[in-house]
Amino acid sequence: MEIPKSFLGYKRENGRSGTRNHVIILPVDDISNACAEAVANNIKGTIALPHSYGRLQFGADLELHFRTMIGTGKNPNVAAVIVIGIEPKWTKKIVDAIAKTGKPVEGFHIERTGDIGTIMKASKKAQEFSQWASEKQREECPLSDLWISVKCGESDTTSGLASNPTVGNLMEKLEPYGVHLCFGETSELTGAETVCASRGATSEAKDKFMRTWNAYNDFILKEATDDLSESQPTAGNIAGGLTTIEEKAFGNFQKIGNLKFIDVLEPAEEPKKGKGLYFMDTSSAAAECVTLQAAGGFNIHLFPTGQGNIIGNPIEPVVKLTANPLTAKLMKEHVDCDVSKILSREMNLSEAGDELIKTMLRVANGRLTCAEALGHKEFVMTKLYRSA
Amino acid sequence: MSQPDLIIHDEKDNVGVVVIETTKKGQECNAWIMENDKSTKVSSASEVPLGHKIALKDLKVGDTILKYGHDIGKVVKEIKKGDHVHVHNVKTKKW
Repeated sequence: MEIPKSFLGYKRENGRSGTRNHVIILPVDDISNACAEAVANNIKGTIALPHSYGRLQFGADLELHFRTMIGTGKNPNVAAVIVIGIEPKWTKKIVDAIAKTGKPVEGFHIERTGDIGTIMKASKKAQEFSQWASEKQREECPLSDLWISVKCGESDTTSGLASNPTVGNLMEKLEPYGVHLCFGETSELTGAETVCASRGATSEAKDKFMRTWNAYNDFILKEATDDLSESQPTAGNIAGGLTTIEEKAFGNFQKIGNLKFIDVLEPAEEPKKGKGLYFMDTSSAAAECVTLQAAGGFNIHLFPTGQGNIIGNPIEPVVKLTANPLTAKLMKEHVDCDVSKILSREMNLSEAGDELIKTMLRVANGRLTCAEALGHKEFVMTKLYRSA
Repeated sequence: MSQPDLIIHDEKDNVGVVVIETTKKGQECNAWIMENDKSTKVSSASEVPLGHKIALKDLKVGDTILKYGHDIGKVVKEIKKGDHVHVHNVKTKKW
């Protein structure tokens, strides 16, 4: 297949391109959710991103909170941002960082005004942003403007056999076009960690990966009260035939094909070393992982599933594929790309990779994903430890 | 070979994955080895559902299960060729 050299995206002020054109209402903290949701309810064409945290956090956990908030606002799939927080200082910090992209952003704080006054002020600005964004048109953007993140979920052995290698095939085909790529799921590389480390493009990347994996593994060993047999693999994984974390890890690892990763990112960190594949230190829980990757600036997501994970994200479209013929049949409304014919050998891996490229580009050009059509917009902040 | 009953990732593997809805007890399964495009046969000792593994050889307690050509866990209960391989007879070496 000849790979298209461009897609139709939204060009942003900072040179990035979006596959979507969202106006988001971003609450800084849990208690500002109600206000953010009221504004999104008032003004059509906007979306609120409620979440559970943002108060009394400190240290690395607070830094991650800010990085996720700011990164979400900066994501090129977002045209404009309203930030609402209880206090002015943290609200302003987020607004100022998002403003560096050049996109419209305005912050409101609730203290000394109350919800109703804040909702009124923020709604006026949100209406302005929504109408402004509605005039943006899709333009031809080079393929290299795609920043593609990947994460699998509700995996089974068909994931490792076919749907994850399909993603790997796509990566191998698109890497030469200068796309950014990102995989994560630190804990789900357990058992394959040394093989994964060997894929570091430099000794620095290799060492950084092992440090990251060791830190996560130490944390799991410290907190574990049993052999994690209820969590990793999950009951769904086990029902699908996955027996151990090692088996799951080698299946997971198929998603990067034969590529090498150039750097290891902190959760929600934006890549700084140019095109190529990055590893991001993330939880293996689907919504947490995709939220972090979207905050890192990734604008389209590929999600292979075995037993049928249904996740979506409010700003980054999640393209789902499966190789499990039962999932493709029983959960059809969640599957954007069916590659189950690989198992019956009616389709080879390269054909499946081509199908996935075509599906992904249709979504990049504007086709709603199954998750978008079904209203999935899971926005889940990662919290590192208890608040002060 | 047309549609396989079982797929084996790597020639070194001692398990294969069922890729049909279920195997029947005593079914002679056609297995395709992805790595080298060869094929082999194994008889399924029981009904094994889609996605689950079947042993390609006899394995004793302490043996290593190989899949993708890599170590994916240890045998904790004796396994005969053709047996269903899963959480009842294999455990992680991690955690």
